[in-house]
Amino acid sequence: MSARIVHIASNTFREAVRDRVLYNLIAFALLLSGAAILVGQISMDIEKLVVINLGLTAVALFGVVIAIFIGIGLVSKEIEKRTLYTVLSRPVRRWEFIVGKFFGLAGTLFVNTFFMAIGVFGALLYVAHRFNKPDAWVLVALYFIILQFLMICAVALLFSSFSSPLLSAVFAFALFVIGSFAEDLRGFAAMAHGISRWLATGAAYLVPNFSALNVISSVAHEQAVSGQLIWYNTGYALLYAAMALCGAVLIFEHRDLK
Amino acid sequence: MRASRRVTITASVLLLGCMLGSAVLLHRVDKVRTGATLQEVLYITSPKVLKCMSLGYEGLLADVYWTRAVQYFGRKHMAYAQHYDLLAPLLEITTALDPHLIVAYQFGASFLAPRPPNGAGMPERAIQLMEYGIQNNPDDWKLYYNLGFIYYMDKKDYASAAEAFERGTKVANAHPFMKILAAQMAQHAGDLQTARMLWLATYQTTQEKQIRANAVAHLRALQVDEDVMHLQDAVTQYGRRTGHLPSSISSLVAAGMLRGIPVDPDGHPYKLMPDGRIEVRQPDDFPFIEKGMPPGYKPPSKPKFKSLE
Repeated sequence: MSARIVHIASNTFREAVRDRVLYNLIAFALLLSGAAILVGQISMDIEKLVVINLGLTAVALFGVVIAIFIGIGLVSKEIEKRTLYTVLSRPVRRWEFIVGKFFGLAGTLFVNTFFMAIGVFGALLYVAHRFNKPDAWVLVALYFIILQFLMICAVALLFSSFSSPLLSAVFAFALFVIGSFAEDLRGFAAMAHGISRWLATGAAYLVPNFSALNVISSVAHEQAVSGQLIWYNTGYALLYAAMALCGAVLIFEHRDLK
Repeated sequence: MRASRRVTITASVLLLGCMLGSAVLLHRVDKVRTGATLQEVLYITSPKVLKCMSLGYEGLLADVYWTRAVQYFGRKHMAYAQHYDLLAPLLEITTALDPHLIVAYQFGASFLAPRPPNGAGMPERAIQLMEYGIQNNPDDWKLYYNLGFIYYMDKKDYASAAEAFERGTKVANAHPFMKILAAQMAQHAGDLQTARMLWLATYQTTQEKQIRANAVAHLRALQVDEDVMHLQDAVTQYGRRTGHLPSSISSLVAAGMLRGIPVDPDGHPYKLMPDGRIEVRQPDDFPFIEKGMPPGYKPPSKPKFKSLE
């Protein structure tokens, strides 16, 4: 990776930290410790289930919110503050700027997820008193969540490259919701006929499929995740993120910044 | 070549490659994850919880669940499954989310009631579903019709079927045949003519191709059952009269017991076996027949449906 991309990425990460993005960890810690203590008192035999379900869902949702709300401002904020002109007046290519921003945001989310994962495993240890072998599947669920973040970061960046922050947030969030129902969308497509079937199938393959990356319920029930699924999901998420990133590069490359 | 142009071409090629690659991988993910969605979905089995989670958009969620129920049934049906464990909960969730989704009651019950592999073999759950539908949509006469149909066909409970049709006649705008069906139940419950009337009514009151094809298959099967029954009676009478079995169906015609060689709905003559049994020539073409099958005959797991011309 070129040194320029690394610099842009590290600056993006530093900026996120300065913006107190990692403060969400406090809310997360409070939520998880509260749930771990409370559920044990008001329910029976589902403490572990709740900690995994709630913990992983919170990791995913907190991350998605961060990815969208930081991602949408990555380009537009730089234009608004006119800092982009300073960056591009140096020997930095536009595509390097986009790719650097992507890695910076992805890094922020990775660090955030790392600390949250520690929190999840801490709460798990608190309610179950020891780790079992199936708890390792929680790591796979976390890995899939990170893959989701990569896709969302790229999508948010894509929207940010041509739209206003508000519209980008709406688009990115809408795409996240649609992507969470991607399998149902394909179900609808399968029921359609003729040209509408082709159009719906095309749309179903074009939107990100987040449902395949959501194994939270399965791992909460200690079900194994197949190695094949891990490989395919990895490939899919990386290709999808690369696709959205290419789209962002293409748009940004031709954007008139005057 | 200018640097910007180079970036454009590289990014475009990469974009197309990634798009293609992601579609291929997604297809593979789908194959690995067959059935996973439904297992996950049914971790939440409470319609009340789902209603809260839908944030007031329960109509949309009901549509999603109905689609899932259809897909679940379709997938299981294609695999000739003998168990449809998730079908009833999916339908119950769907109708709890949207109690006015009539289609879910009508088709849902027709998925639930018949014996596997044609359905889930759960007529009791189908009846519960229909009663819930009637409770929420008391002015829809088709629900009473469907309820009576399940009682008649799947439960063989003719008294309850008559009662359901009778309840339906009191609904404004009810189809006139509801009165005929209610009367027919009282007098001729269990005979082929009544069953034919019910399937004909099903055929006439729906535009859904699959339901119509199913009704046609049943009507054809009823025709075969009736023909075989008449032919079998003729063979028995011939045996009584002559002391031996007829050598062919033509012997029955020659003896004046039949007007001509009877043919099945596809135009093929029936077969008279050496032991005096009547058999249909192509039993695979008549799913749902109860008579005229060779001994030990196993119907194909995927029934052949023909359109009614």
